[in-house]
Amino acid sequence: MNKIFRRTYSYYFLLPAAIIYFIIFILPTLMSFFFSFTRWDLTNWEFIGFDNFITFFNEQSLSIGFKNTVIYAVVTCGLKVVSGLLLGVLLTSNLRTKDYLRSVIFFPTLVSTIAVGIVFSVMMHPSQGIINMALDFIGIQGPDWLGNTHLALFSVAFVDVWKGVGFATVIYIAGILSIPSEYYEALQIDGGSAWHKFWNIIVPLSRPATNSVIILAFIGGLRSFDLIWAMTKGGPGFTTDVIASIIYKQYQGGFYGLATAGNVILFLVVTALVFPLYTYLNRKEVDL
Amino acid sequence: MHIQSNKRVITLLSASFILAALSACGNGNTNENAGSGEAQNGNSEKEVKLTLMAGSTQDTVNTANALIEGFKKIKPNITIELETSPGGTEGDNLIKTRLATGDMADVFLYNSGSLMKALDPEKNMVDLTNESFMASVVDSYKPTVSVNDKVYGVPAGSTVAGGWFYNKKIYADLGLNVPKTWAELMANNEKIKAAGITPVIGSFKDTWTSQIVVLADFYNVQALAPTFADDYTAHKATNANTPAALRSFEKLQELNDKGYFNKDKLATTYDAGMKMLVEGKGAQYPMLSLATPTMAQNFPDQIDNIGFFAQPSDDASQNGLTVWMPTSAYIYKESEHIEEAKQFLAYIASVEGAQAISVVSKPVGPYLIKDAVIPDDVPSLVKEMLPYFDAGFTAPALEFVSPIKGPSLEQLTVEVGSGIKNGKEGAAAYDKDVEKQAKQLGLEGW
Repeated sequence: MNKIFRRTYSYYFLLPAAIIYFIIFILPTLMSFFFSFTRWDLTNWEFIGFDNFITFFNEQSLSIGFKNTVIYAVVTCGLKVVSGLLLGVLLTSNLRTKDYLRSVIFFPTLVSTIAVGIVFSVMMHPSQGIINMALDFIGIQGPDWLGNTHLALFSVAFVDVWKGVGFATVIYIAGILSIPSEYYEALQIDGGSAWHKFWNIIVPLSRPATNSVIILAFIGGLRSFDLIWAMTKGGPGFTTDVIASIIYKQYQGGFYGLATAGNVILFLVVTALVFPLYTYLNRKEVDL
Repeated sequence: MHIQSNKRVITLLSASFILAALSACGNGNTNENAGSGEAQNGNSEKEVKLTLMAGSTQDTVNTANALIEGFKKIKPNITIELETSPGGTEGDNLIKTRLATGDMADVFLYNSGSLMKALDPEKNMVDLTNESFMASVVDSYKPTVSVNDKVYGVPAGSTVAGGWFYNKKIYADLGLNVPKTWAELMANNEKIKAAGITPVIGSFKDTWTSQIVVLADFYNVQALAPTFADDYTAHKATNANTPAALRSFEKLQELNDKGYFNKDKLATTYDAGMKMLVEGKGAQYPMLSLATPTMAQNFPDQIDNIGFFAQPSDDASQNGLTVWMPTSAYIYKESEHIEEAKQFLAYIASVEGAQAISVVSKPVGPYLIKDAVIPDDVPSLVKEMLPYFDAGFTAPALEFVSPIKGPSLEQLTVEVGSGIKNGKEGAAAYDKDVEKQAKQLGLEGW
């Protein structure tokens, strides 16, 4: 007994944390897997098998969420990577005001998402909003940013990028600053231009930063809820509904089993998309 | 020595952590009892504090405050604190969550009809069927707040009609008459549009307002298909395959197809919509008459320039108002002050309560308290509505004669009203939406 105890006693120190982790994270996850197969009103449940999942895929108002979520994630991720990289390069150059600009660019990340959403939705009012009034001043008829069914999702994605690009820029700045200066010296000796500096040194060697930004922005985009809710509530109709806002609406309607099933689907979608992406990106990472 | 002081530090830290944890638990408990504190004073009457939850629109807050102040005068030992909840589905969400987590106010104001039935009244509300004050409530109201023949609420406000507000000056300038058929209404719209004014105001940013054209048509639906409500509940009839019901969705589609809505309808809010109507930027606004007190408060000189007519059917001989039961007051079953809450509800269900409300929020239809009269200083549009009630040309809206109302209707009506779906697609999608609600309620036949 003593020998076994001696070998395993160090694990007992993990026990308190493990119990808390189990109760707060693992147990609710398992419970939600269970309840997603039921019709539930928080006190009584009735087992209905895969019905909730079938409803999610069949109803047009629910399945549109998949398309919108992926589009939103890809667009915001792509724009954040590109803009973050360009701003990162700008803010690590010899600009005199770069410290000030760094804080300005990072500032939107700190502001409340709901406040940003409300302000931008007022600004995007088709006739009284500042954006269209400014466009009108120079003679362009601005579209209904949040009411046009083709444009609405992209308008919200744009605001998301505006808000999140500071975070991506900071990661890129860290990545770019960690590139050893030998590479720049080698470039000078070989007589390279600014374009070579960018494309052949900075982009490949900031691959770790790029990977982090892609993963974080993509996961964030897949799970996004607050901004969309504050700006359009999934409207007009269902055109900007993403999985997260659809889940919220099913919860509001009192369909708790259906909402839980939606959350399970979101979990599976995020895992299915992000895990391969992560493995792929890690394989291409270069060790400095 | 070293080990001793380390031990001391560890003991101190663990003791403070335990204290913090205990006080957090303690706070959690008192949060549940917030607002229900009692203190004995010298008299035999206990000082009691009740909490009241109500919606956040200007009108509802005024009504709630009037009831609170009026009640304080007759029962000074009971103080009531008001908390507000948002409107529409977000408010539904908040109330359902608070009920589920056991954290609801003692008394809460909420819709009657199917929305109330979705809150599981038998589990969450106090049964009021045998209370003495129920005798002063009009009988036709009681089924709308009952489940299994037990009554759970009292009316707090007047009945509300759904129809079309119109700007009398625009009508007079263009020589138009109040339409008695849908075709006449569309002809009016064409003339208004030709004069460069927006014929119909849409305020789709507040999605709940987009449902009115469909819901206010119910008088016409039930006139043509009297058994629709029961068949609908039993899954024997649907919106898509009942022509009268489908027509409601098609009417909304027609208004959009002919371009009668304001261009910015998707960005216009409820408050902006009312403002447009009064300022003459829009000629007509399909809305519930509960908009009247807000307009009367914000635009007191122009309120008599606004009229109201029932949404017409295709037949001039069939013209009546679809009526909504007022917000009702319910008592939370787990309240710690049920007796005092019942006294508050008795006040709400009395003529004095109705009069207290009418001072701050003019009634927009008859009261459901026996012997409560409508004051004379109501806006002229309310007086225009009374003949419908007197002659019996009214019908309760569908949500009061059937427990099913799908939660996505307001989004579907935005889609039909802005051309994303046509009327038939909207009706079919709503039928699917309603299926979820019916199954959740466990109704027969679904």
